[in-house]
Amino acid sequence: MKILVPIKRVIDYNVKVRVKSDNTDVDLTNTKMAMNPFCEIAVEEAIRLKEQGTATEVVVVSIGDKACQEQLRTALALGADRAIQVETDAKLGSLQVAKLLQQVMQKEQPDLVILGKQSIDSDNNQTGQMLAALSKLPQGTFASKVDVADGSVAVTREIDGGLQTVKLSLPAIVTTDLRLNEPRYATLPNIMKAKRKPLDIIAAADLGIALESNVKTLKVTPPAQRSAGIKVADVAELIDKLKNEAKVIA
Amino acid sequence: MSVLIIAEHDNQQLKPETLKLVNAANKLAENIQLLVVGHDCQAVAEQAAKISGVHKVILVSDEVYAHQLPENTADLIVDMVTGDITHILAAATTTGKNVLPRVAALLDVEQISDIIDVVAEDTFVRPIYAGNAIATVQTTDKVKVLTVRTSAFDAAETDGAANIETLSNVKANNISAFVSAELTESERPELTAANVVISGGRGMQNGDNFALLEGIADKLGAAIGASRAAVDAGFVANDMQVGQTGKIVAPDLYIAVGISGAIQHLAGMKDSKVIVAINKDEEAPIFQVADYGLVGDLFEILPQLEQAL
Ligand SMILES: Cc1cc2nc3c(=O)[nH]c(=O)nc-3n(C[C@H](O)[C@H](O)[C@H](O)COP(=O)(O)OP(=O)(O)OC[C@H]3O[C@@H](n4cnc5c(N)ncnc54)[C@H](O)[C@@H]3O)c2cc1C
Ligand SMILES: Nc1ncnc2c1ncn2[C@@H]1O[C@H](COP(=O)(O)O)[C@@H](O)[C@H]1O
Repeated sequence: MKILVPIKRVIDYNVKVRVKSDNTDVDLTNTKMAMNPFCEIAVEEAIRLKEQGTATEVVVVSIGDKACQEQLRTALALGADRAIQVETDAKLGSLQVAKLLQQVMQKEQPDLVILGKQSIDSDNNQTGQMLAALSKLPQGTFASKVDVADGSVAVTREIDGGLQTVKLSLPAIVTTDLRLNEPRYATLPNIMKAKRKPLDIIAAADLGIALESNVKTLKVTPPAQRSAGIKVADVAELIDKLKNEAKVIA
Repeated sequence: MSVLIIAEHDNQQLKPETLKLVNAANKLAENIQLLVVGHDCQAVAEQAAKISGVHKVILVSDEVYAHQLPENTADLIVDMVTGDITHILAAATTTGKNVLPRVAALLDVEQISDIIDVVAEDTFVRPIYAGNAIATVQTTDKVKVLTVRTSAFDAAETDGAANIETLSNVKANNISAFVSAELTESERPELTAANVVISGGRGMQNGDNFALLEGIADKLGAAIGASRAAVDAGFVANDMQVGQTGKIVAPDLYIAVGISGAIQHLAGMKDSKVIVAINKDEEAPIFQVADYGLVGDLFEILPQLEQAL
C-alpha cells in the first residue's frame, strides 16, 4: 500500500504573527517557519502504518517555492521514503492546491492520502475534502484513529458531539486531528540520511491547472485588542464585580 | 439572488447555529431557502419553517442521509444549486466543515471559511492565523460557498411560517458507510450556545477534578469547556476543546481555570464579553485578556466560588 502525505510550510505555531502596517498582509520576514502541525501528525501516521507493515511506501508532497524543500527534508528525516515538490510561487487557494494534488495522485496512484485537517496560517480546513470531491473518493476528516484492513479504512472522527466512526473503501482521503498520534522528532543520523533520499521537482505550470485564485484579499487588519483588566483580591470581590460592574451574573 | 442554507440538526432538533445562519443570510439576499437533509427529520423541518426570514424549507429525508455522510450530501446539495442560487451557507461546525468544501470543489468554486461578517454580497471578513489577523476577501466566483462562524452573528427570530417542500432525491454511494458514534450526553447547554462557559486546563490535574467546575456550572447554567492540554491528557472528551482547532465560543461570561492562555486557546474564546481567569501564576498570558483575574490555587478558589454563588 502506498501513502501520499501532502505537507505545508507555515509559520511556526509558537510565533504570534503581526500585520503589516500597510494592511496588505501579515509580515513574515524573518519569521520562523515549520511544517504545519497537522501535517506532522499526518506524516507520523503514515510512518507508523509503514512500520506496522501495512504501508510499503510513504511519499510526501509539498506545493510551494524552494523553501518548502526544508519541510520535505524534515519529513524524509522522519521516515518518508520519497518527496515531491510541486514548484510555484503563486499564492494558491485550497481549490488550486487540491487540483494540483489530484494531478500528483494521478501519477502516484496512492491507496491512502493523509492530509492535515487545517493549515494554521489560512485556517481553511478545506483541502482534503476538496481533493476527495475532485477524485470522487470517500473522506474521513478530523481523524483521531485510523485502522486499515482488507481494502478499507475505518476512521474515527472527532465531531462536535463526540466521536464518529466511518468505514471507507480504498483509495480514500483522511485528514488528521490532534489526538491521532504524537509525532516523533527527527534524529541527527536520520537527518543526515534524509539528504540522500530522492526529492523530485515538478513545475506546477506543467500540470495544466489554472493557478489563479478567484478570491482576492482586499485587506488584512489586526484583531480588536482586548486590554488586560484588573486583578481581584478574592472570591468575594470577583463575585461583586461580576454582579455589579459587569452585570453578567444575577 | 437566493441563499441556500444547510440546516444544522441531529434529525430531531434544529441546532441554534441555524438561526444565526439565517441572520448572516439576511445580509446577502432576500430569498432564503433552508435545506434540511437527514432521515426521519420532519420535526426539524417544522422547527426550521418557523425561523423568520426563511422563504422555503426543503426537506430531503432518506435513510442514506441518516448520518449526513458527505459523499452523499455533497452530491445532493450540488443538485440543489439551480438557477438563482448565488450563495450556499453552512455553520463552521464539524458537519459544515466536512461537507461544504466538497460541495465547493464539485461546483469548481472556492470556499470562504469561517466568515465573521458580510461586507457585500461578494466580500467577507474572516479571521486567519488563529485570529491574530482579520482578512477582508472578495470573490468573483458565481456561487459563493461560505462557512459561518456562528458566534459572530445574532440568532434570527422564530415567528415565521415558511412552506415545507418535500423532495425525494437519493444519492447513495458505496464508498463510505457509517459504523458507530459515541456521543457525549449532557444536561448542560451546548458549549457554542451557552451564555456562560467555564473551562478547565492542565491545571485541573485530572478528570475527576472537573467535578469542581460542575458545581459552579450548575449554579450559573454554564457549559463546561477545556483546553487542548486537558483533552489530550484524557481529563475530558474531545468535544469540549475550545480554541483555534476546537470550538469557538463567545459567551457573556467565560471563566478560564488553570489555563495558561496559549494563542490557540485564546483564538477560541477571546471574543467573549467578559473573561475571568483563575491561575496560580500571575504571569500567565491569560491575564492579558482577562477582565477579572484572580491569582491563586484553583483547588482553594473553586470551592469558595461555588459556595458564594
Ligand atoms: C496545531 C495546534 C492546535 C492547537 N489548538 C488548540 C486549541 O484549539 N485549544 C487549546 O486550548 N489549545 C490548543 N493548542 C495547544 C496550545 O498551544 C497549548 O498547549 C494549550 O492551550 C495549553 O493548555 P493549558 O493552558 O491547559 O496548559 P498549560 O499551558 O500547561 O497551562 C496550565 C496552567 O494551569 C496553571 N495551574 C496549574 N496548577 C494550578 C493550580 N493549582 N491553581 C491555579 N492554576 C494552576 C498554570 O499556572 C498554567 O498557567 C494547539 C496547539 C497546536 C500546536
Ligand atoms: N501548499 C500545500 N502543499 C501541500 N499540502 C498542502 C498545501 N496546502 C494545504 N495542504 C494540505 O492540506 C491540509 C489542509 O490545509 P487547508 O485546507 O489549507 O487548511 C494541510 O494540512 C496539508 O496537508
